[in-house]
Amino acid sequence: MPKQVKQVDRVIIRFAGDSGDGMQLTGDRFTQESAAFGNDLVTLPNFPAEIRAPQGTLPGVSSFQVHFADHDILTAGDAPDVLVAMNPAALKANLSDLPKGAAIIVDSHDFSDRNLTKAGYTSNPLDSLGDANDQLGDFQVFPVDLTGMTVEAVKEFGLSRKDAARAKNMFALGLLSWMYGRPTETTISFLEKRFAKVADIRDANITAFKAGWNFGETTETFVVQYEVKPAPMAPGTYRNISGNLALAYGLVAGGVQSGLDIVLGTYPITPASDILHELSKHKAFGVTTFQAEDEIAGIGAAIGASFSGKLGVTSTSGPGIALKSEAIGLAVMTELPLVVVDVQRGGPSTGLPTKTEQADLLQAMFGRNGEAPVPIVAPQSPGDCFDAAVEAVRIAVTYRTPVMLLSDGYLANGSEPWKVPDVDDLPTIDPNFATEKNHQLPDKVNDDGTVTQGETEFWPYLRDDETLARPWAIPGTPGLEHRIGGLEKGDGHGNISYDPANHDLMVRTRQAKVDRIADSLPPLEVDDPSGTAKVLVIGWGSTYGPIGAGVRRVRKAGFNVAQAHLRHLNPFPKDLGDILKRYDKVLVPEMNLGQLSLLLRGRYLVDAIGYNHVRGLPLKAAELAEAIGHLVAEAEGIDVDLGVHGMTTPQEVSR
Amino acid sequence: MSIELGLPGLRSGVEGVPTNDEPQTGKEYTSDQEVRWCPGCGDYAVLKAVQSFLPQLGLRRENIVFVSGIGCSSRFPYYLDTYGMHSIHGRAPSIATGIATAREDLSVWVVTGDGDALSIGGNHLIHALRRNVNMTILLFNNRIYGLTKGQYSPTSEPGKVTKSTPMGSVDHPFNPVSLALGAEGTFVARTIDSDRKHLTAVLSAAAAHRGTSFVEIYQNCPIFNDGAFDAIKGQDTKADAIIPLEHGKPIRFGAGSDSGQGVKGLVRDSVTGGVKVALVADVGEDALIVHDAYNPDPTLAFSISRLTDSGYLNQSPIGIFRQVERPTYDDQARAQVDTARDAVTGTPTERLAALIGGGDTWTVV
Repeated sequence: MPKQVKQVDRVIIRFAGDSGDGMQLTGDRFTQESAAFGNDLVTLPNFPAEIRAPQGTLPGVSSFQVHFADHDILTAGDAPDVLVAMNPAALKANLSDLPKGAAIIVDSHDFSDRNLTKAGYTSNPLDSLGDANDQLGDFQVFPVDLTGMTVEAVKEFGLSRKDAARAKNMFALGLLSWMYGRPTETTISFLEKRFAKVADIRDANITAFKAGWNFGETTETFVVQYEVKPAPMAPGTYRNISGNLALAYGLVAGGVQSGLDIVLGTYPITPASDILHELSKHKAFGVTTFQAEDEIAGIGAAIGASFSGKLGVTSTSGPGIALKSEAIGLAVMTELPLVVVDVQRGGPSTGLPTKTEQADLLQAMFGRNGEAPVPIVAPQSPGDCFDAAVEAVRIAVTYRTPVMLLSDGYLANGSEPWKVPDVDDLPTIDPNFATEKNHQLPDKVNDDGTVTQGETEFWPYLRDDETLARPWAIPGTPGLEHRIGGLEKGDGHGNISYDPANHDLMVRTRQAKVDRIADSLPPLEVDDPSGTAKVLVIGWGSTYGPIGAGVRRVRKAGFNVAQAHLRHLNPFPKDLGDILKRYDKVLVPEMNLGQLSLLLRGRYLVDAIGYNHVRGLPLKAAELAEAIGHLVAEAEGIDVDLGVHGMTTPQEVSR
Repeated sequence: MSIELGLPGLRSGVEGVPTNDEPQTGKEYTSDQEVRWCPGCGDYAVLKAVQSFLPQLGLRRENIVFVSGIGCSSRFPYYLDTYGMHSIHGRAPSIATGIATAREDLSVWVVTGDGDALSIGGNHLIHALRRNVNMTILLFNNRIYGLTKGQYSPTSEPGKVTKSTPMGSVDHPFNPVSLALGAEGTFVARTIDSDRKHLTAVLSAAAAHRGTSFVEIYQNCPIFNDGAFDAIKGQDTKADAIIPLEHGKPIRFGAGSDSGQGVKGLVRDSVTGGVKVALVADVGEDALIVHDAYNPDPTLAFSISRLTDSGYLNQSPIGIFRQVERPTYDDQARAQVDTARDAVTGTPTERLAALIGGGDTWTVV
């Protein structure tokens, strides 16, 4: 039977299965195929904190969502068009996210009584398909014996049944690859490399993958093949990249651009550990990674390294920042360069280790004793983690200060096509080590009238006029021996001082130094195509995608809205206050209860309106569009109906 | 007393640190800051000893770094004209680990106290010791919290009445040497603030040792715990209180008939498997344990450390308990970086471009 080919503009697929089913790998390979094909894409891995939760249960379900399109997209999509469910638990856990009409491909083999019971089903939903009481009547359901066909396809390799069945994820990948016309070469060469040392496993996986593709082509179950054309993209070399990888590369780049070796002092924590894993591979760039005994020792070693003239970096998540607070204060006081990476996750306490959240902004801003200002930089997409890391290094080294780099779990594990930057375009960062004494003591008039020339000294807290940065004099530099520490210093000479006026001066100076960073920042970009919008949507961090997608929906429906996104949370760009005042309404979507809103309100007396969800998942563009629409209606005194642009289903492209 | 500086042929603790051909003086190592410890504090004696010892090391002054935590002793770096950092409570070993790992050409010293090292910073101490990072840790043990004005510390004797324990402390104390040996420290020693000669000899050996050298220094706090070490320091009592450890020599002590106790020595205790004090007259010279600081097995050193009184100090072994060779964390970490660097070609910029442009890429024209 000839297959019908339908062209669509975008598709959202969610692969879901047990934690041990290899769904992250399956999703990742589908993503690579789509990237190689030239679609724009955004991914959302979602997995439990438990490495292997009890098999077949709801808590053990792991999923990977990929959104790919023939045009520039910003989010991993609100709701999947296609769900691949490897067992009953995966079906049950994801069903409520599916819109009516979504396609569901299930591994019917795994719908055994035992698995159904584990997932909490009292009857098999596959048995009643098409009946009056069909639980899945809203969807197009395709029961396929993925496991059975996989085992059959790979039997020539003589694997145990268990090992043979494990290749079922590749069968599923092959089927989906056929369905969406994905190129298969990247997956085959990946499998060849990955299992190079175990020939039978390698061959079984490749065979299962091909069998899945062939099944799609021959079966009558699937009559439609979909085509999503490549997206137009700016010329250049692209790769798919996750936030943690981009962030690690950005740190390496910061090291190269500053000529400083990096010392990462860290302690493993989800979802930041991949930064340690990645940096540990780059010793050839002079990167030393120190897996410390705890979070505090990690940052301690990083501070020690910075004192020694290296670029100290520490990486963690929110709970680790809490432990590092005192040491961050020490870095503020000693005014040493330091990059503190916080890959935020759901909190408080242990919270939701594998889920995303943006609730550490105020911790980054204020979570220390005393007046301890720390610059904050936040990336807005996985690829942008690279640029944000370079920027954090620039600020840390130039201004001699700890810098908080606020990523989050969504950016860390999510991925997108990334245009590989030209190394020549990266900023040069000058460590500008002190080598000379810098302070001349006054001449002394002796009793006999002769004059003794005053000695020159090294003053570790004598500042640069422009940046207010202090000199970075590293051990091994003769004549510049000095002591620094957590006690308050006298202005200039840096000796211990308990003088009240001096403390007041130093507190204000440390703040002024951080404020000065704003002089080096570009104006905030405001996206306001009509120039007449009354509503500004402003955000920070990983909400960039959903906010952008929400704003687009509102505009496509014919309404005006402006968007701005903050990379620098401390200090804010200098023109931010003026920009906020230009709009009647300011909406601040965040994955917290209004932390940026609080800062904007406090700083600019603007009536920031929060849009807040803390579900451990990215904001949903359609919901956000509705909220923006309401605000536009209110601000302009008009009715706002987003119509078709409030929908989440893919649009068929007319030919 | 003489102390061997190390096993022949071993890498010195200061190898890689630039030396100074010019003779140096203690004055050069004295900063312009007024010393602000209480009158009579044992810290003065240690400071003087260190200031006069450092010139003997013959290193360039700018290549020496002192790091401290918080507490009375932790003010130490301010008074030395070297590079230094007065950091946060308990964390000095972690900061020193970063310094020592980052720079082979620095001689790294940690100054800490019993509260700083054993209470809030206990974790960092044991991990520095097990990693064997090339640094020397001087633990000033006065068995009390001084800077916070007189609470019991993790080395205070049980029953100690302090501001925070009006009915007596119910905490069991750490024996710092036992702890360091348990953490597999490669150089573990104990000395006394008032014995300049012994202190200096131990510092020499500690500096020469490559790895984490741990030196517990008994140090008197005249304000909050005066007299804690009187038995060790008293002219009439010290011969019977100090068990001197000298490598290669039988461990014997006591004033003999002058004290009415007879000459004592350490012998194996067949009942406990450990060691005990016996009268030489009873057991004979041949039964005495000959101290072997280079013994790779720390068991005997640990047994000897247990002869330290946990209550009021009437008896304590003093000297180098253990001094063994083990690769250091920082040497190995640097070697890995060097190996990786040697294996690549091209400028860092070229390699950066190759790194970020690697993986599965595609080109849009």
